Amino acid sequence: MADLAKSVAQMIPGETAVIAGFTNEELSNKLLEMGLLPGSVVTYNFKAPLGDPICVTVSGYDLTLRLDEAAMISILN
Amino acid sequence: MKVALAGKPNSGKSSLFNQLTGLNQKTGNFPGVTVDKKTGICQLNGDTQAEIIDLPGIYSLYPRSLDEKIVAEIFSDRRNQHFPNKVILVADATNLQSSLLLLTQLIDLRIPTVLVLNMVDLAAKSGQSVDVIKFAQSLDLPVVLVNARSGQGIQSLKKTLAGTIPVSSQKIYPIDKEILPAVEDIKKHFSLESNYEAYQYLQQVDHLTFLSKEEKSYINETALQYGFFKGKYQGAETIIRYQYIQDLLSKVILKNADSEWKRFSYRIDKVLTHKIWGYLIFFTILFLIFQSIFAWAQAPMDFIDSTFANLSNLLNNTFPEGPFFDLITQGIIPGIGGILIFVPQIAILFAFIAVLEETGYMSRVVFLMDKIMRKFGMSGKSVVPLISGWACAIPAIMATRTIENWKDRLITIFVTPLMSCSARLPVYAILVALIIPDDKLFGFFNFQGIALMGLYLLGFLAAILSALAMKWLVKSKDRSYLIMEMPTYRMPNWSNVGVTIVSKTKTFVFEAGKVILAISIVLWVLASYGPTEQMNAAESVIDKQIENNQQEAADRENLIMAYRLEHSYAGIIGKALEPAIAPLGYDWKIGIALITSFAAREVFVGTIATIYSVGNTEDQTTIKSRLRAEINPETGGPRFTKATGLSLLVFYTFAMQCMSTLAIVKRETNGWKWPMMQLAYMTALAYFSALIVYQVFS
Repeated sequence: MADLAKSVAQMIPGETAVIAGFTNEELSNKLLEMGLLPGSVVTYNFKAPLGDPICVTVSGYDLTLRLDEAAMISILN
Repeated sequence: MKVALAGKPNSGKSSLFNQLTGLNQKTGNFPGVTVDKKTGICQLNGDTQAEIIDLPGIYSLYPRSLDEKIVAEIFSDRRNQHFPNKVILVADATNLQSSLLLLTQLIDLRIPTVLVLNMVDLAAKSGQSVDVIKFAQSLDLPVVLVNARSGQGIQSLKKTLAGTIPVSSQKIYPIDKEILPAVEDIKKHFSLESNYEAYQYLQQVDHLTFLSKEEKSYINETALQYGFFKGKYQGAETIIRYQYIQDLLSKVILKNADSEWKRFSYRIDKVLTHKIWGYLIFFTILFLIFQSIFAWAQAPMDFIDSTFANLSNLLNNTFPEGPFFDLITQGIIPGIGGILIFVPQIAILFAFIAVLEETGYMSRVVFLMDKIMRKFGMSGKSVVPLISGWACAIPAIMATRTIENWKDRLITIFVTPLMSCSARLPVYAILVALIIPDDKLFGFFNFQGIALMGLYLLGFLAAILSALAMKWLVKSKDRSYLIMEMPTYRMPNWSNVGVTIVSKTKTFVFEAGKVILAISIVLWVLASYGPTEQMNAAESVIDKQIENNQQEAADRENLIMAYRLEHSYAGIIGKALEPAIAPLGYDWKIGIALITSFAAREVFVGTIATIYSVGNTEDQTTIKSRLRAEINPETGGPRFTKATGLSLLVFYTFAMQCMSTLAIVKRETNGWKWPMMQLAYMTALAYFSALIVYQVFS
């Protein structure tokens, strides 16, 4: 199953998914506090012209993340 | 009564703070750190006043950055001088969920809190509808609707604050049974108000600086004894709090917002973050800022300059002679003028920055530039300060406060003075005109213009490469990350822009001003006084030279000034410096100019004019022809050869010849360590680069 795990970093613009969890202990608390809760919906809006960072919508507001951070958020879709 | 404003970033806290306090506010630092502390007085009603403190924006009490640590410290320590009697929790009404996390923690800490739902205008536009009465009942605390931009709801907020605010009876996070004994032990030992406070002591024992060593070891022992592991419960706590918030919101939100209202903002983003238009527009805006600081600041700067020169002359003529009056007219007054001269540039840059922040465009700048800047150890937010450094390093360094990560901010502060500021231009202009022929390459490109551009490029490259080096050298515990809200575009609130300009200017004048005034007086003393015998002999020596027809009588005044400068303490130091600067192609006269221009680079031109007894510094042609005629006694050729000129240009490009910058770096890094390292680094860089240039070209 491990190779099937997808992260927000692999999403494409316009795609919607559900947050499954986090792969980094240290940052997971920060992401949780900002409202990225397991089970909530995340939408990939667009990426910066240089490909990084990206802009997503989660629990009703827009958030900018670097790909490094996005790769730590695993998703189900 | 002390009232604290708390809430997440972008919740409109600053607007609310400005509404409550007006211009009746003070900006300083929290003790020991460079985190903005904004306080102000608010008249609640006829006889009640409140001292309002605007705390840095945070999402929760668990800190990651310096700003966040301050807030955690204040709320966990009832003995803290800033511990508030009441808290205003500012929530973004368009984004309630993540705004309320901190509120649930404040409720568990049993601190009396008012919930302000800000930006109700936008919430209404988004189609959201909230049952405020039910909201207040469910949370058991007052809820006030506010539009902090227009001022709607402020009166009712003041009225609520003036009344009594009871502690909410809600208990949101039930502390896990297995750690309850540890929490109760700590609560009893420190006689705390709430279980959650004790829980915070256990969780954050390393961050809380108010705890003594003994207290910390007691907490650590207790944690060990009861098997409390820090961090184990934090994720679960956040999830429980969000469950509470989601339950609450599902009860009080009558109608959810649709994303329709954001459509306009998304359309703007399509252009402003476009891969071609985005950068084109961004660089146009940068160019505009840069041009405005250059162009608009010139007239007020000239005005300040001439006003202080006139004032100094006027007082010089009215006061009797004597060292005390000289100190006032030639030391203190020009010193104050030297501080105020920066005000126009600071005001203009912060007007632009405030507009960029207010409209939400600054977040897009970060979005566009983050990847490039990260390669050089900086953040997307470093671009605006760095480019502003081309106008003036002082406002540029003050603008780095928006960079959250300490390492990113430090690197930006460290390299910004390498960007060629406008004060280098007069020095460049004289020297380039002196050594570069006024010819055209291919009959089109002016050589002098190319040289000037080369110098700007040289400074820029030095800044970028130094940043790269620092990225590897500076160690940081904090992992660099970027998780930032993208606010929807809005029109700027002009009164917020005005308040920013005033408070930044005040900070510079009153805090950095002290250091600048002190150094400028020291430099003035060095250049005006020397061993009494030789200083007093100036007139008779020059008169004798004129008598013997060695000098022209018409030049008498200028010759005396040159003689005095030569024999002043600055002159003595300049001469002592000669062996060290000879390999760079400089003599003691240039040495004196190097010392006096430590105050500010542009002083170079004035000192050169005095030391070569030109007199009038306005007339560049005279200075140039005088410099061209100067003979190097050792070679018999001209003093200012191409090699010496290039070496000087390189020296002025790299050297930290600006005490005002050092003073502001001291303020922004909270100590002398970084400004001193910057001074040492830039001086060494300037010295060795100039050395190489001179040795190669001579």
